[in-house]
Amino acid sequence: MKRILMFTALLAAVSVPPTVSMAQSAMDTGMPSSNTAGAAPMAGDDVYKAFHEEAGIQRIMDDFIVRVTTDPRIKDRFANANLVRLKLLLVQQVSYLTGGPDTYSGRDMKTAHAGMNLQSGDFNALAEDLQLSMDKEGVAFRAQNKLLAKLAPMEHQIVTK
Amino acid sequence: MDSLKRLSLILTFAAGVLPFAATANAENRVFDQGRLLLTGGVTNVEGASGGGVATWATITGYGDNDGVGANVHGTYVNVKDYSLRDYGASVGLYNRVELSYARQDFDTQNIGAALGLGKNYNFNQDVYGAKVRLIGDLVYDQDSLLPQVAVGFQHKEESDKLHAVRSHAFGIRSASGTDYYVAATKLFLDQSLLVDTTVRFTKANQNGLLGFGGPKSNDYKPQFEGSVGYLLTKKWVIGAEYRTKPDNIGLKENDWLDVFTAYAFNKTISATLAYVDLGDIATIKDQRGVYVSVQAGF
Repeated sequence: MKRILMFTALLAAVSVPPTVSMAQSAMDTGMPSSNTAGAAPMAGDDVYKAFHEEAGIQRIMDDFIVRVTTDPRIKDRFANANLVRLKLLLVQQVSYLTGGPDTYSGRDMKTAHAGMNLQSGDFNALAEDLQLSMDKEGVAFRAQNKLLAKLAPMEHQIVTK
Repeated sequence: MDSLKRLSLILTFAAGVLPFAATANAENRVFDQGRLLLTGGVTNVEGASGGGVATWATITGYGDNDGVGANVHGTYVNVKDYSLRDYGASVGLYNRVELSYARQDFDTQNIGAALGLGKNYNFNQDVYGAKVRLIGDLVYDQDSLLPQVAVGFQHKEESDKLHAVRSHAFGIRSASGTDYYVAATKLFLDQSLLVDTTVRFTKANQNGLLGFGGPKSNDYKPQFEGSVGYLLTKKWVIGAEYRTKPDNIGLKENDWLDVFTAYAFNKTISATLAYVDLGDIATIKDQRGVYVSVQAGF
């Protein structure tokens, strides 16, 4: 009986809540904590589900990358971009913002777009391409707008001209 | 004002826009239609961008901060005892300034009789408007409660040969007048909801249909107008509006109410359909009916 109790106590002692240990190791090892994602995430995961979770967001970003790199209004902006890394970061960012499990490991919006001299027309063109990609994936309009609500204020960081 | 004069005014408006194109930045994105669908509102009965009866803080057209946009519109309102045809043009400059012109043709039908003008008496009103966006951005300011705020005026001039007759009968003070307003419009993307509240200082009786000022009052008083719109899709919004009016003549002006739906086919054409309740007009009761409007531009 005593051994069972000791074992249970030992088990309880080592079952540190994962978030505490992860946060601790984040501070220790510099792991990403998503504070550069540009906005706080949504509560719950309803919108993440509306985006069809990881697979859906991957598909959206596959389509989105094709759109923005062929959109005559903004394709030149991506001439020197590492598209593989960009897609990875976009998936992380959207997953994080919509209440999914990813953390965002990229730079903040201001730094990421510094020196590009972007105008509001560039920002809006990209938003329209994103809408088309979300439409193609079949994301409900209300859910699309919830993501756009998170992304729209980033214009102040991204548009410098 | 005759047709030729009106046409030359509209062309002068258009010509006024072109010099901006010449001085645009090197990338020449002035006519790029940079803004998102429906973000310029539609054109209301006074020629300004907004809903159907409310003027919003939006700047007409799809020009973004670096561009210009313009629209022409045609509107038909048919309530029980009168009808209104309304058409005009408006220009939006750099998402900052809006200039507008609208011509309202009233066919007074039975109300003409009540006004002592004779049944089916026609007259018209020209509305010249200017609006400046002061602060805020409808689309980008999602992380604060700050609305897009604009101020403006609408100068209205009736071309009414029998004004003197009506003036005597109703004590109307003037056939022309200027409304001044402050509009605050906010898009809550998180709820797919647009809300506008506008305060208007006006002396217009029935929006100018019965002139300006009257025996009860010739002072500017604040009136309220507002809209709520729900975004169903990128292209389609439904909503409702409300507008109060002053009571200068003592003929019991009712508040206006409408429910509307607006559809932007693309960045070139949009259409608005509404059911309007204009209340009593010049003692003729229950003026309710349909409002149809088409707007074309860039």
